[in-house]
Amino acid sequence: MHDSDLLFSMRDVHVEVEGKEVVKGVSLDIRRGEKHAIMGPNGSGKSSLANALAGHPAYSITSGTALIAGRDLLQMDATERSLAGLFLAFQYPLAIPGVTVANFLRAAVKARSNGDESVIKDFRKTIKANFKLLEIDDSFATRYLNEGFSGGEKKRLEILQMLMLKPLVAILDETDSGLDIDALKVVSKGINYSASSDNSILLVTHYQRILDYVRPNYVHVMMDGRFVRSGGPELALQLESEGYDRIREETAAKVEV
Amino acid sequence: MSEPAVKNIEVATIGDDYATKYGFKDPEEYFLRAKKGIDHEVVEMISRLKNEPEWMRQFRHDALDIFLSKPMPKWGNTRLLNSIKFDDIYYYIKPLENQKRNWDDVPANIKNTFEKLGIPEAEQKFLAGVSAQYESEVVYHSFKEELKNQGIIFLDMDSGLREHSDIVRKYFATVIPAADNKFSALNSAVWSGGSFIYVPPGVDVKIPLQAYFRINAENMGQFERTLIIADKGSRVHYIEGCTAPIYTTDSLHSAVVELIALDGAYIRYTTIQNWSHNLFNLVTKRAVAHKNATVEWVDGNIGSKLTMKYPCVYLVGEGAKGEILSVAFAGDGQHQDAGAKVIHAAPNTSSRVTSKSISKAGGRASYRGLVKVHKNAVNSKVSVECDALLIDGASRTDTYPTMEIDADRVRIEHEARVSKVAEEQLFYLTSRGLTEDEARLMIVNGFIEPFTKELPMEYAVELNRLVQLEMEGSVG
Ligand SMILES: Nc1ncnc2c1ncn2[C@@H]1O[C@H](COP(=O)(O)OP(=O)(O)OP(=O)(O)O)[C@@H](O)[C@H]1O
Ligand SMILES: [Mg+2]
Repeated sequence: MHDSDLLFSMRDVHVEVEGKEVVKGVSLDIRRGEKHAIMGPNGSGKSSLANALAGHPAYSITSGTALIAGRDLLQMDATERSLAGLFLAFQYPLAIPGVTVANFLRAAVKARSNGDESVIKDFRKTIKANFKLLEIDDSFATRYLNEGFSGGEKKRLEILQMLMLKPLVAILDETDSGLDIDALKVVSKGINYSASSDNSILLVTHYQRILDYVRPNYVHVMMDGRFVRSGGPELALQLESEGYDRIREETAAKVEV
Repeated sequence: MSEPAVKNIEVATIGDDYATKYGFKDPEEYFLRAKKGIDHEVVEMISRLKNEPEWMRQFRHDALDIFLSKPMPKWGNTRLLNSIKFDDIYYYIKPLENQKRNWDDVPANIKNTFEKLGIPEAEQKFLAGVSAQYESEVVYHSFKEELKNQGIIFLDMDSGLREHSDIVRKYFATVIPAADNKFSALNSAVWSGGSFIYVPPGVDVKIPLQAYFRINAENMGQFERTLIIADKGSRVHYIEGCTAPIYTTDSLHSAVVELIALDGAYIRYTTIQNWSHNLFNLVTKRAVAHKNATVEWVDGNIGSKLTMKYPCVYLVGEGAKGEILSVAFAGDGQHQDAGAKVIHAAPNTSSRVTSKSISKAGGRASYRGLVKVHKNAVNSKVSVECDALLIDGASRTDTYPTMEIDADRVRIEHEARVSKVAEEQLFYLTSRGLTEDEARLMIVNGFIEPFTKELPMEYAVELNRLVQLEMEGSVG
């Protein structure tokens, strides 16, 4: 029997990129309404895991299982994963020249409307409201997707997309990186606004700071392709003051035993 | 928030194709048809039938001699060029006895054709004048009375010659002489139809004039001839569209278009051609821009078997500007050999060439360009940008840019890029729920957006639809 509160569940997931294993067996359960954070040093495999889950063709999941709302994620292509409710806010959002934000989002919203005309009819209203929430100027609707956007603008646009697409499980890969203090507050507001008791959020971050605004239920530490420690929000505070060295030593010691 | 200029392609329309929308054919009924092939007899017949002045009759015969004596071009896609069977073509077909000024007078089959192509509707909505050519003759022509009253002339070329022979004689073949190339010679010998436009000094034609060219008969050659003169300080935008049915044998379209922008005038010439894949499209287009005049060619090339077309601007007056913006889409078995020519022959002139091509399923797109800056054209500015997008590994693109700069103090920018539809871009869009096909189409439409946004809304939508059809590869 599937636990209907279990929105996301993966077991022993391994990811390979360019013939190299970069994620070496990770497991995680996320329940409805929960927020999880993944922290970990550069190159530990966080983005690789996120990309692989979203169906990026360069990142292959070589073994393990992953379910979204009880459905087998690994049987789906990227399109189907998105329609099943998965969302990835990219660490480095790409520019698509000539494609306006509005046209792109209208197509994306339409793709999941299941023929419900009202979603398309309300599109302009919805996007406008979300622009306002995220303090994005209306003129962005007719700008080309991420082209010439500043780092912070790109991150806001990723959150805008999340608000428009209303995913069940949103993976936010370093959405807080490169944001100024005001932008961090705005982006956090957006995340909290979209978070509800019906969906869940997996936040990848390097900084404790965003966790003051978006409070996680659990924090996981990833090192060298594995989750080496999990705990509550206090784990993030501990990392902030001590860095990764202590965990690294402890993990190394454990492996030796 | 303003509504974006181009609406999304409706997913529901996927599955339509050229065959049903443009490739249909009517039964071949005509009032008069010349025999197959080309000789002085055919030329004589055309000229007599049109009751032309002696100078034009002579011009045609001379042009035929040039055509017959000139060798085929030794550059470009010579294999395809040499496969043209000149003896197997009808050079003149007159579909109706008279031209009509009212759609109700146009025979049902021809009227239906243009209705299917949306012409009468467009005319009502946003055009100042419409000319509809079927085979060799303009069968329908209309022009708003109030524009006539401003002294603007918009006629088919044959009527132009009859009613304004003084203006026509002054400018005809001055920009593109018969001997310019083999195909301009052919056009000069057998030309029929096309548009004649004269805009008096200072008059601004605020809404576009349009001509639509339709080939229906098999083995047809269409040779329209267009001459536009914008007098001092006037402005005009002319749009042409073209289609043909799908036959198993090849057709030929070989137009000559001459534009003359006098001091301070502005001409924009927009083409959306959507030929079937069995048509040779060999067109000569050239403009002369006098002092402080501006000429813009906006040229969309979709369809055809082989297109060879290099819209040209001669900047002959100080401060003249030329712009050539083109898009070419080459699919399976097609070669789009398109480009631009700009001649700077006066000081302080400027030009900008933007060429975008898309190759798919083994199609080939070539950019062929010439920019020449004469010694006296000091302080001129030149910018050339070529962008090629390859949809798959089987397709091909090449560029043949030539620059001859003989003047000092010239600013030149040149950029050429070839890109592939990137996996990363596809992933970004599919990760938001678009299918791969939708994502690819969106990337392609984005790629040509700098072109599309220059078109009136209705044409932009139509162009995106055409690109969608080509992307689906269902075109015959
Ligand atoms: N497309 C790729 N091609 C080759 N190697 C890759 C690719 N993507 C990731 N890697 C490698 O995989 C490892 C993990 O990278 P990943 O981007 O997942 O780390 P990360 O934890 O997200 O790091 P950061 O905190 O710096 O974002 C690195 O060694 C990286 O170089
Ligand atoms: Mg990363």
